[in-house]
Amino acid sequence: MLNIENLHAEIDGKKILNGLTLEVGAGEVHAIMGPNGAGKSTLAYVLGGRPGYEVTEGSVTFMGEDLLDMEPHERAAAGFFLGFQYPVEIPGVSNVQFLREALNSQRKLRGEDPLSGGEFLKLAKEKAGLLKLDMEMMKRFVNVGFSGGEKKRNEMVQMGILDPKFAVLDETDSGLDIDALKVVGEGINAIMRDPAKGVLLITHYQRLLDYVQPDHVHILAKGRIVKSGGPELALELEREGYEAVAA
Amino acid sequence: MTSLPTNKDEAWRYSDSEALTRLTPQELASWHEAELAPGETRSKTLILDDSCPGLHRVRLKVGAAGRAEIFAVVSASAYTRLEVEVELAEGAHFELGGVTIGGGDVVREIVTRTLHAQPHGTSNQVIRSVHWGHATGNFLGNIDVARDAQKTDAAQDFKGLILEKGASVNAVPQLEIFADDVKCAHGAAIGQMDEMARYYMASRGLDPATAKKLLVRAFIGDAFAAIDDMDEQERLMEAALGALGDAV
Repeated sequence: MLNIENLHAEIDGKKILNGLTLEVGAGEVHAIMGPNGAGKSTLAYVLGGRPGYEVTEGSVTFMGEDLLDMEPHERAAAGFFLGFQYPVEIPGVSNVQFLREALNSQRKLRGEDPLSGGEFLKLAKEKAGLLKLDMEMMKRFVNVGFSGGEKKRNEMVQMGILDPKFAVLDETDSGLDIDALKVVGEGINAIMRDPAKGVLLITHYQRLLDYVQPDHVHILAKGRIVKSGGPELALELEREGYEAVAA
Repeated sequence: MTSLPTNKDEAWRYSDSEALTRLTPQELASWHEAELAPGETRSKTLILDDSCPGLHRVRLKVGAAGRAEIFAVVSASAYTRLEVEVELAEGAHFELGGVTIGGGDVVREIVTRTLHAQPHGTSNQVIRSVHWGHATGNFLGNIDVARDAQKTDAAQDFKGLILEKGASVNAVPQLEIFADDVKCAHGAAIGQMDEMARYYMASRGLDPATAKKLLVRAFIGDAFAAIDDMDEQERLMEAALGALGDAV
């Protein structure tokens, strides 16, 4: 589904990714773990097409298409979703307005009919309920005045509404208390656990993986995958630390 | 005979100097004047697009406890200036919501002189300027509070958004207060489009044009917030956003 081949990328001339290769198949959940500065967020932003992140070598194929050749909004319409580590505040634009425009923009690019206001609100209500986010918050400006945990839950509500085929979730677990972690974990399973979908979880810690069981775990260090294994690798990391396991 | 203004005149300092030379004494002397009776409310919306560029001068006298509202979009593709002079009697209110928006090598400006002549008057002005290309947007806002106009409450809020290098906005708030028990709040801020917000919107599937439109709509929204009639509010919003067509 997602094929990353020998990916090299830099920001402001500084090399961050150094030949990263990774393949995630349909129906699979992969977790990428790694120490600070390993390049985890850079990988997320490169896949999401953030301006300023320059790919110098390698390729990324998403469902048979060249992902790197698409604009960020085209990636979204193709079914790619990036859950932000730091969700962005947009004063003056309500969540409902933002997401309805976003969903209909995607549908337009895919040649589908737009959702009406009523249809959209029904969908939004269902997904907000799934993540236990008050519908009143959906009427407020995007992420403005939201707590850290509410922002992360809002990311997952967005994912539910946009219903992507593939999600890269960048430290979606950071800033969540124990109860919220459970809600978010269950939300990810409900939205993305599907034989036709794939997930790449980027995380520092094992705890999210208690709720969202990965099929494969990879350790990222110095811009490349240095070790891959099953779910047991995450437990080993938690026990012994990156230095011992990745050495 | 009136002499033509130049950039040396404080109130015309950022105007298009070349366009000023083409003004006629007749235009300069032409004021739309109105007097509101005590307790009267009057509201006016103005869309100064290519159907009516140039100089528009409005002079209002608002009677005791009256209320004058002006909501305006200044978007013409030639030099356009909306000038409003208002004198407020006791307890009267003046509300102004204005937007200058556009590109090209064009100056668009809103100039106000608000005289709080008597006590307990209030005024609220919200101006937003959105420009690109080599365009200039100006807001010059004078507030005069007379010696007897105690308990005046005046507010002025300006924000400029520059979409592209080469465009500029100028804000000149000027307060002259001769009473000692008054509130006069004013603020001015100028910035650029939030690139991270644009990227965040793109990551959710919004094409760049729609994302920009949503951000500009959010930015100018405050200028029309005081319009009670939602349809009228949307009409002005659409007029302003319509000017965005050729923006970067």
